[in-house]
Amino acid sequence: MKKFLGFVKKEFYHIMRDPRTLLVLFGIPVAQLLIFGYVVTNDIKDIKIAIFDQSKDDVTLNLSNKIISSGYFILNENLNSINNIEDIFREGDVKEVIVFEPGFGQKLIKNGVAHIQLIADASDANTANLIVNYTNAIIQDYIRKENRQQKIPLQIEPEVRMIFNEGLKSVYMFVPGTMALILMLVSAMMTSISIAREKEMGTMEVLLVSPLRPAQIVIGKVIPYVVLAFINAITIILIGYFVFGMPVKGSLWLLLAENLLFISLALSLGILISTLANSQQVAMFISMFALMLPTLLLSGFIIPIENMPLILQWITYIIPPKYFIIIIKNIMIKGTGFEFVWKETLVLVGMMLMFIALSVRKFKIRLE
Amino acid sequence: MQKASIIVKDVTKKYGNSTALNGLSLEVEHAEIFGLIGPDGAGKTSLFRILTSLLVPDSGMASLEGFDVVKDYREIRKIVGYMPGRFSLYFDLTVQENLEFFATIFGTSIQQNYDLIKDIYSQIEPFKNRKAGKLSGGMKQKLALSCAMIHKPQVLILDEPTTGVDAVSRKEFWEMLKALKKEGITILVSTPYMDEAILCDRVALIQKGRILSIEEPQKIIVQYAHDLYSICTDNMFDLLEDLRNFSKSNSAFRFGDTIHLSVKSGFEKAELVHYLEGKNHEQIEIGKIDPEIEDCFMELMTDENKI
Repeated sequence: MKKFLGFVKKEFYHIMRDPRTLLVLFGIPVAQLLIFGYVVTNDIKDIKIAIFDQSKDDVTLNLSNKIISSGYFILNENLNSINNIEDIFREGDVKEVIVFEPGFGQKLIKNGVAHIQLIADASDANTANLIVNYTNAIIQDYIRKENRQQKIPLQIEPEVRMIFNEGLKSVYMFVPGTMALILMLVSAMMTSISIAREKEMGTMEVLLVSPLRPAQIVIGKVIPYVVLAFINAITIILIGYFVFGMPVKGSLWLLLAENLLFISLALSLGILISTLANSQQVAMFISMFALMLPTLLLSGFIIPIENMPLILQWITYIIPPKYFIIIIKNIMIKGTGFEFVWKETLVLVGMMLMFIALSVRKFKIRLE
Repeated sequence: MQKASIIVKDVTKKYGNSTALNGLSLEVEHAEIFGLIGPDGAGKTSLFRILTSLLVPDSGMASLEGFDVVKDYREIRKIVGYMPGRFSLYFDLTVQENLEFFATIFGTSIQQNYDLIKDIYSQIEPFKNRKAGKLSGGMKQKLALSCAMIHKPQVLILDEPTTGVDAVSRKEFWEMLKALKKEGITILVSTPYMDEAILCDRVALIQKGRILSIEEPQKIIVQYAHDLYSICTDNMFDLLEDLRNFSKSNSAFRFGDTIHLSVKSGFEKAELVHYLEGKNHEQIEIGKIDPEIEDCFMELMTDENKI
C-alpha cells in the first residue's frame, strides 16, 4: 500500500509541475464552457409570427397577447385566411403561423378540449423546432394558470411536451454536452498520454521490473485524474449555476455519482488507448479521433440525434457520452430521480466493465 | 552444491527475421562481477531484458537465483535491480524525489540503504533539490545508478552504466560495484570500455547473439596467440589499408591515433618498414606492445567472422 501511495504521489508531482497539463486540466474546461455558453447559442428572440384567429374570443385574444408579449415573438400580421400561407413563409419574415380553430374558447370551456395549429418554417429545422417548442411552452403555461380555477382540467391540442424548461435556453443543452466533452478529454486523453509518456521515456521498463503489480501502476496513474476530473465536473456545475443560471433540479448527489461513473468510464477508455499507443503523440491522436469527435458530433451534444441519418443514429448507441448527456439532462433540467435514468446508468456501467476487462487483458506485463 | 546466481541456457530470441540471441548460454556465480562486452546490436540489451523478465525467450531457459524468468517473473522483479541503457528517470522530479520514489516502490527507504549508495549519491546530494532533467549526463547516470540499487537487490543488472560518465566517476563507480560485491550482490554489467572489462571477475565477449569466450580478463590476454605491434606514420589514412594488404599481417585495427597490427610468424620489422616506405609512408614508428583485452576481442571477432 505504501508503494502504491508513493506512486500516486509521483503522479501528482508530474501533473503539478507541468504548466501545459495544468492548462489543459483547468483552463480549457472553463474556456470551453464559457465559449459554448455565450457564443454558440441557439436562443430565439423577436421571431416574427402571424396569427389566423378564426374564433376571436376572449381566450384566443388572451393567448395571442401572452405569446406576443413573451419577448420571443413579434406579431407580423393577422391573417384572414390560410390559403396563401406558402407565400407568407416565402416572403421570409414570418417563421411561424398560429391557427386557432373556430369557436376555440367555447370548445375549450364546453368540451375541455380545443385545437390549435402551429405551422413553422422548417427550412431551418433546428430553429423551427425551437420556435414550436417555445410556443407550446407558452400555451401550456397559459392553460395551467387557467386550470387553477377549473374543476375539470382544460386541454389545448396539440399536446405540449416542453413543460420542464419553459425558457428553453440553449445553454441548458450545452452544459451537459460540455461536461461530457471535458470529462472525456481530461480523463481519457490525459491518462493515455501519461502512461504513454512512461513508455516513451523508458521509465516503464523500470516500473515493470519492480515489485509493483500492473494493476497498481494503472490505478496509481488513474487516481490523480479521477480527483482532478471530479474537481472539473464540480467547476462546470458551479459555472453553469452562477454564470448561466442553470439549475440542478434533481439530486446533487445522484448527479455527482453519475459524474464519477462517467469519469471512471472515460479513464478505463484512456487506459485501453494507452495499451495500444506507444508514444504520447499516438495516444493523443487516438484520443482526439476516437473520443473527442464522436463526443462532439455523435452524442447529441451539438446535432440532435433525431436529425441524423439512420446509420449514424445506430452508431450513437455505442457512444458513451450519449447516455451520459441523457442522464445529466434528466437530472439537471427535468429533476428526475434514479428511477428514470437507471437504464442509461446500467449501459455506462456495462461499458466501463468491458473497457476495464479489455485493458487488463491488453496491459503488458512485459515489453512485447 | 549451490547453483549459480544467473543461469542462461541455449537462449534464442528473434525479432522478425533478425536474430538477437542465438543459443546463448552463460552462468554467473554469486557475488561475481560479470562483464559483457560486445558491439552494438550484439544482443546485450536483449539478454538483459530476458533476465529482467521484460522479454520472453523464444527457446531455452534462464533463471536468477533459482527463479525462472518466465514462470516466476514476480519473484524476479523483487530481487533484481535493473538500470536500462537509457536514462530511466523522471526528469520533472527532483533528485531526491526520484530516489525516494524508487525506494518506495521497492518497499524500502533512502535511510535504510543509504550506506549502499553513499559513495556515489553523496556527489549528487548537493543538487538533491534540482530536477533530474537539469542534471549533467554524468550526474544523471549516477542518480539512475543510485535508483537501481536503493533496494539492495540480490542481482544487479546494468546496461552500459558508465556510458557518458567522466573518468573519475567511472572509477568511483567501479569501486562501488566492488563494495556491492562484498555485500554478496551478483552483478552483471555490460560496458563498451575495455579498461573496465579488466575490472570484472570474468568477462564474456558477445557477438551476433553468441558468446565468443568467457574468461577471467587476464586469461583472455594470455591466450592471445600473436605478436602485436603499434604502428603510426604520417599518412594514417592509407596506412590501415596498406597494413591489411601486407603479406605477414594477421589483422589490423585502429586504436586511437595508432594502428595495432597482429602478425604471422616469421615477421621481420625491417621487412615491414621497407614495405611501408614502398607505399610512400614517412615518419614510420613501429613498437612491439603487449596485447590488451580490446585486441583480444578484435581478434576473436575476426575469427568469428571468418567461420
